[in-house]
Amino acid sequence: MNPDRFNYKENFVASRRSFLKASAGSGVGLMLGLNLSSSAADAQQSNSDPLLEYNAFVSISPDNKVRVLIRNLEMGQGPYTGLATCIAEELDASWEQIVCEHAPANTEKYTTPALGAQATGGSSAIASGYLDMRQAGAAARTMLVAAAAARWNVDAQEIVVSEGLVSHGSRTASFGDLAVEAAQQPVPAIESLSLKSPSQFKFIGKEELARKDAGKNDGTATFTQDVKLPGMLTATVVHSPRFGGRVQSFDASEALAMRGVEHVFNMDTAVAVLAKDYWTALKAKKALKIEWDDSDAEHRSTGNILAAYRELVEVPGTAAETAGDADALLANAADKQELVFEFPFLSHAQMEPLNCVAVVNGNKAELTYGCQSHTQDQAAVAALIGTDIKNVTIKTVFAGGGFGRRANPHSDYVLETVRIAQRLPGIPVKLVWSREDDMEAGYWRPAYVHKLSASLDNSGKPEAIQIRVAGQSIMEGTQLADRAIINGIDMSSMEGLVGLTYEVPNRQVELHTTDVGVPVQWFRSVGNTHTAFSKEVFIDQLAAAAGADPLEYRLSLLAGNEKESEVLNFIAQKADWFNTVLPDGWGRGLAIHSSFGSTVAQVVDVSIDGNDFTVQRVIAAVHVGTAVNPDIVRAQAEGAIALGLSSALGDEVTMTDGIVDQNNFHTYQVLRMNKMPDVEVHIVPSDAHPTGIGEPATPVIAPAVANAIAAATGKRLTRLPLRLV
Amino acid sequence: MAYRLKINGEIHELDVEGDLPLLWAVRDYLNLTGSKFGCGLAQCGACTMHVDGVATRTCVLSISQAEGKEITTIEGLTSVAGKAVKQAWVDAQVPQCGYCQSGQVMSATALLESNSNPTDAEIEAAMSGNICRCGTYSRIKSGIKLAAQAINAVEVA
Repeated sequence: MNPDRFNYKENFVASRRSFLKASAGSGVGLMLGLNLSSSAADAQQSNSDPLLEYNAFVSISPDNKVRVLIRNLEMGQGPYTGLATCIAEELDASWEQIVCEHAPANTEKYTTPALGAQATGGSSAIASGYLDMRQAGAAARTMLVAAAAARWNVDAQEIVVSEGLVSHGSRTASFGDLAVEAAQQPVPAIESLSLKSPSQFKFIGKEELARKDAGKNDGTATFTQDVKLPGMLTATVVHSPRFGGRVQSFDASEALAMRGVEHVFNMDTAVAVLAKDYWTALKAKKALKIEWDDSDAEHRSTGNILAAYRELVEVPGTAAETAGDADALLANAADKQELVFEFPFLSHAQMEPLNCVAVVNGNKAELTYGCQSHTQDQAAVAALIGTDIKNVTIKTVFAGGGFGRRANPHSDYVLETVRIAQRLPGIPVKLVWSREDDMEAGYWRPAYVHKLSASLDNSGKPEAIQIRVAGQSIMEGTQLADRAIINGIDMSSMEGLVGLTYEVPNRQVELHTTDVGVPVQWFRSVGNTHTAFSKEVFIDQLAAAAGADPLEYRLSLLAGNEKESEVLNFIAQKADWFNTVLPDGWGRGLAIHSSFGSTVAQVVDVSIDGNDFTVQRVIAAVHVGTAVNPDIVRAQAEGAIALGLSSALGDEVTMTDGIVDQNNFHTYQVLRMNKMPDVEVHIVPSDAHPTGIGEPATPVIAPAVANAIAAATGKRLTRLPLRLV
Repeated sequence: MAYRLKINGEIHELDVEGDLPLLWAVRDYLNLTGSKFGCGLAQCGACTMHVDGVATRTCVLSISQAEGKEITTIEGLTSVAGKAVKQAWVDAQVPQCGYCQSGQVMSATALLESNSNPTDAEIEAAMSGNICRCGTYSRIKSGIKLAAQAINAVEVA
C-alpha cells in the first residue's frame, strides 16, 4: 500500500515536457504550443505527422494583444489569472495586453499533467501549469527576440524585453509589430529556454495584479445560463423523486396545451419539457402527471443508513493499512480513547444550478457550458451518439461555482442534455435544472461514520490507533476506479487516515464500503472533507487526555514532518498561540491538515452563549510553495474556509423513505454573511514549486471549530454539522 | 396580455402571462442576462434588482406586480453608488465564480443609497439575503466599505 498514491507530484514529475512546436500562419500571428503527451519525442522527429497535434497557449496578434488559452475551467479559483501570470512572467508582456480565453476540448493539447486528462481538479491548475506556462511564455519571448534581432540586424543577446516592448538601444517594437515575423522564427528547444529565478519575478508573487476573469462585477461575464443560440429551446426535467426510479407512465396533455410548450419527451429516468423560455417550461413541468416505477429505487431514510454505518464501525472492515499490532494493544489498553464521528450527505449547491447547451446533428455535437472535465464529457457524449470525439466540440464558458459537482464522473447533466437534444436534430437545447432538481439529483458528498480508538503510552503519546471508516465509494464505477481503488479500498475515502502524519507506531486502518442507492461524488477537498475532521478532533482529544497543549502535542508527534511542523510554528506565532488570553466563555481551537501538496493550519476563536456558539475569528496559515498570485491564494483560503464552515454549521442533506428532505436554500442552510467570521490568511514564505490552494483550506475549519468548542465547554462534538444540543 | 415595464429608463411591452417573474422577463425576453437565477424562491438573492429603489428578489416578483415601477438591473446601474460599488468589487477583488455577484452588487448599492456609512452590523443585515457559495463575504464587506469611502469622498468634494 502506498499512502502517497494520490500525491499528484508523482504524476507531475513523471510527465516531461520535451518539445515546443509552432504553428504559424494561422492568421492570428504567433501560435505556440507545448506538447506534453508521451508521444512528444516521436512528434519532434515527424512534425508532419497528421495524427500529432500541437498545443497552443499563446498567440500574439498584430494589434498587440496576447491571447492566452486557459486549459482549466475558471469557476472562481483563478486559473485565468494564475496561468496568465506564469506566461506573462517569462514573456515579459504587459499585464494589460493579456486576454484569456478557455481552451477548446482537446485532450492531446490541453491535458493537465497532474490529472492525465483535460480536466480541472485536485487543486492542480497552477501546480501543474507553473512550468508549462512559463516555458510557453519564454519560448514566445525567444521568437520575438529572434524576429527583432533579424529585423535590426543585431545580436539577440543585446535585446531587452520589458512590459510588452522589445528594444535595442534606441529602437523599440511592440509584440504586435513583431507578431508576424516572430511566427516565422524557429521554435526553440525547451532545453534551450532559461527561466527566471524567483528574484527576477515581476508578476509571480506580485500583490496588485487585476484578475483576468473580468465582467463579474457588472453582469457582463457569460455563464451557461446566459447562452442563447438562434432557435434555442429551453428544457426542464422531472426526475424520479427516489434514486433509481423510472417513468412508468405520464400524462402531458395539460403541459402540451400551454402556450409556448413545444415538446414533452419520455427520457425513461426523467420526463423532459421543451419550451421557448424557462418559465413556460417550468410551469409545463409542474403540469405533468407522472407515475413512477420505483420498485428498484432507494427507499431508506438517512437515519437508517447512518445507524447501519454505526454498527459497521464496531466490527473489522477491509484493512487499508496495518503496522504493528494495534488491535492487541487496544484490547489490553488501560486508558483507551474512543470517538465515533458522523458526517451527513452534502450537496455542493454551487450558485449556478447545473445546465448545459447542446446542438446535436447527425454524428456531430456542439456543446457550450462550464465544462470541468473535457476529456470525460467529450468521450461520454461521443459514446452516446456513436461518433468520434473529434465530432464533439465543447466551448467552455465561466461556471457559477462547482465545488466538485461539475466534474461528474458519469457526465450526468451533460448526457441528459445531449439525450434531449438528440431528439431535435439541429435545434439548440439548453437544459436548465431548477435549484430543486440540482439538490435532488444527488451526486452528493457521501455520508460517513468513522470510529477512532487509541491507547496512550506512559508519556501520553499514542502507541496504537485503530481507525474504521464506513461509507460509499466515490470512485467505484468511474474512470478513476483503476487508479483509486486498490485491493478493494477506495483510497479517496481514506486520505489523511492511511499514512497518518502523526507518529503512531501501531496502526490498523479499515474501510467498510457500503452499498447505498444514492449517487455520490467528490466535494471540494474530496475525502479530506471527513478524514481531516476525525483526525484533527481525535488528536485534540488525545492531547487533552495527555494533559498537553494541543499545539505542542501535535508538534511532538510531527518530528519527521518538517512542513507541518513549520506551519504549526508559523501559526503559533501569527495567532500568538501561547500568550493569547480570550474573553470568558470563549475557546480557541487548532487544526492542521495537508492535502493536494499543501499544508494548512487554522486557529479559531469561538464564543459560547448557552447552547449556541459563534465563530468569531479564524487565523489561517497556508503553505502552498510559491504563491503565484498571493491575493488569489488568500481569496481561495477565505472561500474554502467559508465552504468548510458552511458544512460545520449547517449543510446537511437527509432523506425520509428515500425522498430528499432539503431541496432549496430555505431548508439547506448554507453559510450567509451574518455567520462569516473575520478571517486572516497568512502565507508561509516559500519559493518551492507551487502546490494546490483551491481545496486544502476547506477541511481544516470544521475540526478547528469543534476543538475551539471543546476548549470552551469541554464538550467534544463529533458530528457534522456541529450542535451543542 | 401586454404588460408595460420600465427597465433602466426604457419602456418595454411584453405580451406574456402575468405570472411571468420579472427575472425571466428580463433574462429570456429582454436578453439582459446580468441578473441571475439561483433558487426561484427569493432565498439566494442572485436575481436582485432595484424596484423603485428597493433591492428586490425578482424571481418571485411577477410582471403584473412590476408594472408601473422603476426597475433597474445591473446593466442599468449608473448611479454614483452603483459605479462606486462596481469599482470597489474590482479593487477588493471580490468575485470568485461571480455568479451571485450581480445580486450582491445590487444589494450593496441599495444599502449605500440609503445609508452611505453602514456599520458592520448594518452591512450584515442588508447582505445576508445574498448567498455566495464561494464565500466572498469578507471581501463583499470590504468592498462595501471601499465604495462607501468613494461615495463620501465624492459628496464632500
